[in-house]
Amino acid sequence: MTEKTSPLRVGLFVTCLVDLMRPSVGFGALHLLARIGPSLDVLVPDQQTCCGQPAYNSGDLVSARTLAQNVIETFEGFDRVVVPSGSCAGMIVKHYPNLFAIEDPWRARADSLAQRTWELTSFLAEHLDLNDTGAAFAGTATYHDSCAGLRELGVKHQPRRLLATVEGLTLNELADSESCCGFGGLFSLKYPDVSGAIVDQKAQAVENTNSDLLVGGDLGCLMNVAGKLKRRGSKMRVFHIAEVLANLTDACGIGEDQDA
Amino acid sequence: MSNPIPPGHEPQCHDFQAGAKKALDNKVLQALLERTLKSGFQQRRLNAKARLPEYDQLRDQARDLKNHVLDNLDVYLERFEAQLTKAGGHVHWAKDAAHAREIILKICQDAGAKTVSKGKSMIGEEIALNDFLDANGVVPIETDLGEYIIQLRHELPSHIIAPAFHLSKEQVGETFKEHHTHLDQDRDLSEPSVLLGEARAELRDKFLRADVGITGANILIAETGTAMIVTNEGNGDLTQSLPPVHIALTSIEKVVPTLEDATLILRLLARTATGQEQTVYNTFFTGPKRQGDLDGPEAFHVVLLDNGRTDLLGSEFRDVLRCIRCGACINHCPVYAVTSGHAYGWVYPGPIGAVLSPHFVGLDEAHLLPSASTLCGRCEEVCPVHIPLPDLLRHWRTRGFAAKKGGKMQRLGLALWAQLARRPGLYHAVMALGVNGLKLMGGKRGAFKSLLGAGGWTKTRDLPTPQGGTFQARYRKGER
Ligand code: SF4
Repeated sequence: MTEKTSPLRVGLFVTCLVDLMRPSVGFGALHLLARIGPSLDVLVPDQQTCCGQPAYNSGDLVSARTLAQNVIETFEGFDRVVVPSGSCAGMIVKHYPNLFAIEDPWRARADSLAQRTWELTSFLAEHLDLNDTGAAFAGTATYHDSCAGLRELGVKHQPRRLLATVEGLTLNELADSESCCGFGGLFSLKYPDVSGAIVDQKAQAVENTNSDLLVGGDLGCLMNVAGKLKRRGSKMRVFHIAEVLANLTDACGIGEDQDA
Repeated sequence: MSNPIPPGHEPQCHDFQAGAKKALDNKVLQALLERTLKSGFQQRRLNAKARLPEYDQLRDQARDLKNHVLDNLDVYLERFEAQLTKAGGHVHWAKDAAHAREIILKICQDAGAKTVSKGKSMIGEEIALNDFLDANGVVPIETDLGEYIIQLRHELPSHIIAPAFHLSKEQVGETFKEHHTHLDQDRDLSEPSVLLGEARAELRDKFLRADVGITGANILIAETGTAMIVTNEGNGDLTQSLPPVHIALTSIEKVVPTLEDATLILRLLARTATGQEQTVYNTFFTGPKRQGDLDGPEAFHVVLLDNGRTDLLGSEFRDVLRCIRCGACINHCPVYAVTSGHAYGWVYPGPIGAVLSPHFVGLDEAHLLPSASTLCGRCEEVCPVHIPLPDLLRHWRTRGFAAKKGGKMQRLGLALWAQLARRPGLYHAVMALGVNGLKLMGGKRGAFKSLLGAGGWTKTRDLPTPQGGTFQARYRKGER
């Protein structure tokens, strides 16, 4: 990219969970994108709501389509759409096109959005080749590979590459890091016992690394594991990778009490 | 769609929640699952894959081969029938489970059979053959160790390649003591090899007395009219070669064009299923004993079961017909890893079961199974023939939603959510209110220990509280 080209218009899709539960992930993402400088023009359109994944995975295709259309329209004017979640990005990239028949005019628009959409760490590491985050954390961390990002989008080395730029941070790999944490969206509410048993194994593996932090790229999974760690009495702190890379680890981690 | 199922074999898929709970509370089972899946099946598959650089290429080839077969299924099945008939065998087309049971019973009766020996066959489970034969005066004797154990215990298989996967060796020992009453009750059965030896001794005699042998068939080879099976115990060989009549019970999608194609499937099957380079016994049957043959059955029958498979062919579930029943999707499923097989309530467990069961036993009965998945995608990742299992599970969810299965509350919640989320202005206002309310309730706490309306979430884990304010509200106020 030369100096003279007009900046790349980037839309941040914060996702409904980040919007509701943990705005700092969105602010962290903005901070990271801002580091790139004037070659990016980053906006958070206010028409965005939810990507429709809960409806899609429940077989409610009518609702899923409605929500997809809203996202497609909202981000139509952007060159790139960045999402701090592998599963919401996967929904847009892999599943939106399937929601519309080939002859449906929405199909082309869905295809176009799918091509412009990036999961945050892939965008930073692969698309922008970001090698300097300016972040620091004196301690150890382990990383959970969330399933949708990993298998639908190939997110694996990107977060590790970015974490390597955090001064003072040592990464301890998680045993069986590619196994599911048991979240599965509405699955965790519909089958709480099964989901609880799966996340218990994940929490055990996380504790076994003896790290200071658990880091991941999907808030749903992180809330699940953080909730289980807390129930087990673990003191491990849990953060979204955008927060770690944006140096927000002084604030409370996910599930952490304010006076802890 | 579903066939008359003999009494005692009613599927229990609707009871998934209770079945799962039972498994979760079973400490022995949980320890067993943890030990045998990760360091067992999963690791062995990885090792085998690492030893075969072209493993992934073979998967693509196998997918293409199976797709080709499905596109030309009639051609290859008819070729198979013609070739086998030429070799002196008989092919029987069974449209459904009841039909297959009748065909088999008739063959047994015509042979004057009192006992039949059986090799492991999932199709036998699918059509609930044992109880049916038993009820009609023909005693079936399972010769595969795992099948033999679950037959003694009157249980369904808990895994498609390891039927007694849910049992510890201690439990097997207890079962043997209970049933082999003629043996010393104080004998030491703590070693697996001793258990195997005892089962062999019990079975050997029955092999010799069987009038008919029934096996499955993993692959049918059209060009030669050959049926073949893989076993690790060699029981399949004895089952097919000792009795005067051999029936291979199998399903229509198992056919491949050539021997060469069969080897492609075999190379993948053993590695993916058990991590072996090759299954120990690979047995090919082409017709009955010929003149000059030293052994083999006098008569050879192949029963080709459809049971709704041709319906699948024309549906959104077509891809599932590529399945070679290796069990890898089961071995890598996080749900199966804590619930084991019986929770799924019918013969096929795990991801493949959650796709097959609604088809065979109906969505009314089995609609919970497709939703009992996190859709993590590991099943598809390990499937040797690239079956998109998560997509197929979603297709069932779509059918289930259209048929109004699943909880009323969930439907209502989704509808409300969708209504709200398509009105961004209202959505943001409502969400800000809700989040602030939750934040107020949470106070300084980082997580709720229990929260009304959180489903069962807080039963098993805490629920992190919201940070405070929605992103949108804070961003609009100028926060960066
Ligand atoms: S669906 Fe794939 S992984 Fe599962 S049993 Fe069939 S072939 Fe094996």
